[in-house]
Amino acid sequence: MKDRLQEWVPRLVLAPSFLLVLLFVYGFILYTGYLSMTDSRMLPSYGFVGLENYQKLFALRHWNTALTNLAIFGILYILISSLLGLFLAILLDQKIRAEGLIRPIYLYPMALSFIVTGTAWKWFLDPGIGLENVMQQWGWENFEFNWIKDRDFAIYTVVLAAVWQSSGFVMAMFLAGLRGVDNEIIKAAQIDGASGFRIYRKIIIPMMRPVFLSAFVVLAHLAIKAYDLVIALTGGGPGRATELPATFMYSYTFTRNQMGIGASSAIIMLIMIFSIIVPYLYSELKSGEQK
Amino acid sequence: MKSVRGLKLTVSAAIMAAAATTATASDVEVLHWWTSGGEAAALNVLKEDLSGKGVGWQDMPVAGGGGEAAMTALRARVTAGNAPTAVQMLGFDIKDWANEGVLGNLNDVAAAEGWDDVVPAALQEFSKHDGNWIAAPVNVHSTNWVWINKSALDAAGGKAPETWEEMVSVMEAMKENGITPLAHGGQAWQDATLFDAVVLSMGNDFYKASMIDLDPEALGGEQMVEVFNRMATLRSMVDDNFSGRDWNLASAMVINGEAGMQMMGDWAKGEFLKAGLTAEEDFVCIRFPGTQGSVTFNSDQFVMFDIEEGGDAQQAMAASVMDPGFQSAFNVVKGSVPARTDVPNDDFGYCGKKGMADLAEAGSNGGLFGSMAHGHAAPAAVKNAVYDVVTAHFNGEFEAEEAAQELVNAVEAAM
Repeated sequence: MKDRLQEWVPRLVLAPSFLLVLLFVYGFILYTGYLSMTDSRMLPSYGFVGLENYQKLFALRHWNTALTNLAIFGILYILISSLLGLFLAILLDQKIRAEGLIRPIYLYPMALSFIVTGTAWKWFLDPGIGLENVMQQWGWENFEFNWIKDRDFAIYTVVLAAVWQSSGFVMAMFLAGLRGVDNEIIKAAQIDGASGFRIYRKIIIPMMRPVFLSAFVVLAHLAIKAYDLVIALTGGGPGRATELPATFMYSYTFTRNQMGIGASSAIIMLIMIFSIIVPYLYSELKSGEQK
Repeated sequence: MKSVRGLKLTVSAAIMAAAATTATASDVEVLHWWTSGGEAAALNVLKEDLSGKGVGWQDMPVAGGGGEAAMTALRARVTAGNAPTAVQMLGFDIKDWANEGVLGNLNDVAAAEGWDDVVPAALQEFSKHDGNWIAAPVNVHSTNWVWINKSALDAAGGKAPETWEEMVSVMEAMKENGITPLAHGGQAWQDATLFDAVVLSMGNDFYKASMIDLDPEALGGEQMVEVFNRMATLRSMVDDNFSGRDWNLASAMVINGEAGMQMMGDWAKGEFLKAGLTAEEDFVCIRFPGTQGSVTFNSDQFVMFDIEEGGDAQQAMAASVMDPGFQSAFNVVKGSVPARTDVPNDDFGYCGKKGMADLAEAGSNGGLFGSMAHGHAAPAAVKNAVYDVVTAHFNGEFEAEEAAQELVNAVEAAM
């Protein structure tokens, strides 16, 4: 009797959330997939058009801009955040004084929402009121920093704000990884006469492969779903220069009355996420089996 | 156990019942985005008028600029089968909803009050669907205005420009005087508002062919190239820090003399009046050079949904909206002009009187067109496709010829 109870209680408790997730996540993914093959405009409609929306989508200049921007943003964001996070973590790992005070300072940007980050950086980068203006008032008359108003450089300001937001979080992940490295190994290397730099490069960093992978997965999905930061920082502008797939999806689905194309862009984003998550899960599960 | 579940069901059923009956038969539930001080005060006139007739008002304000948030809320309500009585709506949104077959019918009240004779035909295009009245127009905003700082104009020669060439020379004089000639905010809809006016200045026929009929030859033709050249000239009159600026901040630049003029719809007038400026003394309102006698408009309308109960209240509300007294009181506050042409203009200021006269003139000579920038010339998908090209050109991505060609492609892709 007791055994059966133990067997059933977890299932019963999990059942409602399982059903809700099944319906509201996977159910609606399927629904979106179906909508992407219909002629939906303002409201969902069910005239089947096959892959026409996908053809239209990839013919759109606007969508290509969004993909290019995602490539620039994603690569730089992941790369810089990881390197900066690793660098900060290594510095913090030098058994410095007041680490407990410094660590949260780097971590706190993560506690802000992207809307706050975006708004703050928008003001800071605005040539009329922000950094450029202050530097000019201080006497550097020729100082110029107007990337946010320049359609070729605006996407890099999005990278800047996002890196500021996330690198502290990546630092915390790496710090945990560094602390997890067995001290004995490091001592053995020191006895062998390896320099500090060599120890990090040859021993510690290679041992932290799983942390790199986790950081990559977290940052990559943040990059693909980035929406609020762009909306707050540049509003997709100047012109349409900083549109990302997420802002594209929202505007086509909800304000441009082209729900079919919006749904197909959502499916493309889903495929991008899957192509990152599935190999990750696969490698995780495989290493789990080995243990 | 069983009784607890039963109780829960009763409670939730009671909540649902309460939610369903919040709008009773003699109430109207109104979804709108007129939440700012002046607008809310203007709407209060309508509320009081209705309560005098024994009709209650269930307010459902969804704030947010051009009503995007309100339209999203509306979608959810209609999909759930619980439409509000009346919804503030603009342009092609009305047609889209009418095509969904969820709107009510106002033919009785329209016939009794003779709307057909007093509402301009270009507005009826939106207020009627298949010959049936579905909406009551509240106002007409016209978008081809230029607001000029009087002292800046005096310093630049003093004569309000009447042609494109005069306009350019005034702006150049302003530049020499050390101010920004054109106050502008780099947001897609503001770029498109300039574009509207420039297209209209090439003539009524060209506006109709390119923006209303979406004729590819007009969209990609020589005149359109000239339009984009003029847009580039306007771009050179804007300060460096324009992108992303809100329209009212651009108005403020004109008000405090930092900039010479702004091209914006007549909602900008409210900013000038609020700052204590007087028309003709402190600021000048003219039509965009070359468009006197023509008007591009957008019109807020209360669209009536097909609801089960409360049809009488709905009809009463429609009648109140179209009442000349309300039309005058509301539009004096809002800065727009009445949607019916027989309203006395006594309470309006100089620019308001000019707006009413221009509207009547444009309505009678075929120069009254829906504004592309404000969703009254083409469906949302096309409008946004035009935005994409106009804003990309304005930010230097295309040359004029390229932009005209791109406009043809973009419009075609959005159809």
